[in-house]
Amino acid sequence: MNARRPYKRPMPGWWRKNPFFVEYVIHEATACFVAAYAFILLAGLVCLAMGEQSWNAWLAQVRSPMAVLAHLIMLVAIAYHSYTWFRIMPKTLPPIVIGGKRMSPAAITGGGLAAAAVTSLLMLGLAWGALS
Amino acid sequence: MSEQEKIIEIEVLRYRPEQDEKPVPQVFKVPFTDDMSVLQGIQYIKDWLDGTLSYRWSCRMAICGSCGMMVDGIPKLACKTFLRDYYPNRVRIEALAHFPIERDLVVVADDFIEKLQRIKPWIIPKEARTLEQGEYIQTPAELDVYEQFSSCINCMLCYAACPQYGLNDKFLGPGIIALLHRYNADSRDGGEAERMQEIHGHEGVFNCTAVGYCSEVCPKGVDPANAVNVNKTKVAQDYFLRFVRPKAKGGME
Amino acid sequence: MSKRSNEPIFWLLFGAGGMLSALLGPALVLITGIAAPLGLGLSPDAFSYDKVHAVAVHWLGKGFLFLVVSLFLWHAGHRIFHSLHDFGIHAGALARALCYGVPAAATVIAAAALLAIGF
Repeated sequence: MNARRPYKRPMPGWWRKNPFFVEYVIHEATACFVAAYAFILLAGLVCLAMGEQSWNAWLAQVRSPMAVLAHLIMLVAIAYHSYTWFRIMPKTLPPIVIGGKRMSPAAITGGGLAAAAVTSLLMLGLAWGALS
Repeated sequence: MSEQEKIIEIEVLRYRPEQDEKPVPQVFKVPFTDDMSVLQGIQYIKDWLDGTLSYRWSCRMAICGSCGMMVDGIPKLACKTFLRDYYPNRVRIEALAHFPIERDLVVVADDFIEKLQRIKPWIIPKEARTLEQGEYIQTPAELDVYEQFSSCINCMLCYAACPQYGLNDKFLGPGIIALLHRYNADSRDGGEAERMQEIHGHEGVFNCTAVGYCSEVCPKGVDPANAVNVNKTKVAQDYFLRFVRPKAKGGME
Repeated sequence: MSKRSNEPIFWLLFGAGGMLSALLGPALVLITGIAAPLGLGLSPDAFSYDKVHAVAVHWLGKGFLFLVVSLFLWHAGHRIFHSLHDFGIHAGALARALCYGVPAAATVIAAAALLAIGF
């Protein structure tokens, strides 16, 4: 008789059991906000294509207090996505060697965040130029 | 001994297939001193309290990779974890997560061993050299590319840290991919094309969602998450460049 | 030896969208969701039909808007698909069709809208 009876443990709610996994699930969930924002932009594009009246209807929607609140939440969520995206970058990039020395994880994350800051400022400047 | 003896409660998840339907916790009161590891606590239980307790161990110095287990839910080497860090609370000990429990703290490691063989964890020489031609020369810079990945001791803590492996044990997993990378990245090795076939499928590198916890728990400072993610880029390159490149030996389906 | 997966295509779209949203996402939300509709820091008619239309007519604006809408959704779809698996909802045909079909459809709709806007 075979006395072996290996026991496979189920893992219900695994992501609640370790703070590391809780954070993982939160940063994965930012995707929902990225998607929501893209849908709003897509609706805007379609309305823009349909003419001035449709565009103004979209604009009125976006100006509602609920929409502004929703955008504030999306702003926080997508900013958190930015931060976590660059935080994981030292793990996702191959080693970067500069002057014979390997770039430290902190330098890679810092570089990414600095790049995000620069592109964001450029974007804000461009919008200010194009839309003012 | 000047130090006063303290008593810590160790809760062990027991599983004796001949009598337990499923794993059950059992609490032991263990006297300990500040220099005692969790492994020594378990050995105390085995020697003095309950001789039926099963667990794996060997070197007691974090090099054999045998005594991996969950300590308060975190994958740890029991020999490298100290009871003093848990006292006065109770410390919970359980077999490594995501593996089937064979008995008490012993897991079934067959899956890991089978995968280890699959990736050919040895150097497949790029060019065959005769004895007269001498050794394979490697520069310090070439060594640096893979050295950290060669520190792996096959303790499987990264597997217990990887939810993707827990959810789908077909996934090749962090440690094995780190070892695969260790050989692929070695300047003397020419086996990359063969090994890439093990990671370009659904259960290869793309099963990983960059949780990154594998690298946090590694007791030897290996960064499996980096190996896995660097190889996503390599597999993607191979995916697109296979159409423009001459066929590499053994590299194609 | 395992069968080659087509995942690199979706992984690259995920990565491109993730990078674009990490670099520009917060600034874009700030502009299109808060500053422009409310006229904060920008003129009150910043989001008038004429001004936005002028951006969408320009080939640079057109390309940028297309990439933002399309890649953001490819990024999100891929991530949500894997998260469903994380929560034990196994990657069935329906989940796959939704997570990748919606970005594909959105890509087509965005392209059509931008082409309809003209040059």
